[in-house]
Amino acid sequence: MKKRLVLTFPANMVDVPLTYNLIKDHDVVINILNADITPGREGKLLLEIRAPKENVDSAVRYIESLNITCNPVKKSILLNEEACVHCGSCSAVCFADALTMDRKSRQLLFRPEKCIACELCLKACPLQLFELNFN
Amino acid sequence: MKVKKSFEEINAKILKGEAVVMTAEEVSAMSKDYSAADIVKKVDIVTTATFGPMCSSGMFMNVGHSNPPIRMERVTLNNVPAHSGIAAVDLYVGATEENPFDEKYGGAHVIEALIAGKDVRLKASAKGSDCYPETEIETIINKSVVNEMIMFNPRNAYQNYPCAVNTSGRMIYTYMGSLLPNVGNATFSTSGELSPLLNDPDMRTIGIGTRLFLCGAQGYVSWYGTQFKTSGPKNEYGIPETNAATLAVIGNAKEMSTDYLKAAYFEKYGVSIFIGIGIPVPVLDEDMAHRVSIRNDQITTTVCDYSKADHPAVAKVRYDELFSGNITLDGKKVRTASMSSVAKARIIAAELKKWIEAKSFQLTRPVEAFPTATTLNSLERK
Repeated sequence: MKKRLVLTFPANMVDVPLTYNLIKDHDVVINILNADITPGREGKLLLEIRAPKENVDSAVRYIESLNITCNPVKKSILLNEEACVHCGSCSAVCFADALTMDRKSRQLLFRPEKCIACELCLKACPLQLFELNFN
Repeated sequence: MKVKKSFEEINAKILKGEAVVMTAEEVSAMSKDYSAADIVKKVDIVTTATFGPMCSSGMFMNVGHSNPPIRMERVTLNNVPAHSGIAAVDLYVGATEENPFDEKYGGAHVIEALIAGKDVRLKASAKGSDCYPETEIETIINKSVVNEMIMFNPRNAYQNYPCAVNTSGRMIYTYMGSLLPNVGNATFSTSGELSPLLNDPDMRTIGIGTRLFLCGAQGYVSWYGTQFKTSGPKNEYGIPETNAATLAVIGNAKEMSTDYLKAAYFEKYGVSIFIGIGIPVPVLDEDMAHRVSIRNDQITTTVCDYSKADHPAVAKVRYDELFSGNITLDGKKVRTASMSSVAKARIIAAELKKWIEAKSFQLTRPVEAFPTATTLNSLERK
């Protein structure tokens, strides 16, 4: 099976060689889709895990045992683009670069495929134009 | 001989359809190839614009008298308190006033709803008097049933404003947006080279009485704005390096469009409002041609730390750097983002240009110039 997971590391956890342990001990194929990890800061990792179900389940149990929040990427972000005024507030908090400002048109570019559903844009948009989609 | 033009000469050109109008961005680009002496010969009017969150905004309204009449003393509009400490049925809806039961809905949303032509629930109460016997009223109002809707914003169109960062270890939520910990981002608010008061930094052509584009209607500069400051440091191009001059503006809200005005809510800060303003700057002489040629790489602002109460300055940056998407602070690359929409400001500058070219907008010479050498007082505890 294939599973996409968003891992949120507490600031004191970024030193753990997580991917190494996952591959070695749980025999899963890992594809890192996005990462924002800096020592001393909360980190985020978007992983795609491929393996038989029991290996995926044991990998998830291991991740959670480390006090790392592990959420399946079932959710996605929806933007009401028609109502957007292109201020750029959301692009200030988008680590994944799913929300950027076009340098020429000064308009917001939303690339959902880059989104890791961290949800920071939901609070950053002064017009409340982002919505979480759980499908 | 040096070219000099008066407001009257430029207005005569507008009426003849001969005025050359350019947006501030167009003229800034032009300045790379032409001198100020050339620009004053080629261009008559430069349209400037801004579309950003401007808290110090609101709307006066006269809702009409009921029968029996009431001298409204406590008023809410869609549960948002309105100021009624003026005549019986005159109200002021402040943009940042909040619904006590829903902090994300406030005066700005009421103003936007009314301008959009929507119904708004009015509740008012009073002690009752011989001439105003009614003590309570609840009804529906909208744009077509109230008498006047007059937008009056005591402080808009900031000439310049600091760029905000957060050096603390936790996320902070401000009117400059969500500021990530450990200088994870930097936010700023300007339309830069397109911004009205950056194109006339000494306010030679903008003063009391200047006609302008206000949220899609023709409005006026009614006074200098609150917190008007001209005494701050300026860079080599004569541009203030931090918050400086402001405008108080007025206009008929019944003629405005919600395309150019949007209610906003900043997380854990409160309600604000995006206001669209466009101001034509006449190119009276070479000095004004030089002023309107200002480019983002010549405009600087101060980076301030919003995690500390007094927002201490930590660096100086240029707007071309800020608009590039990142700046370098203490050797570290920091993501930048604007709170103000340049895309919308461009639309406003283009719209104002169209109005002038269609002869439906004339320039006004200020009735009075703004004060010079003003400073700001702070509030002392006594």
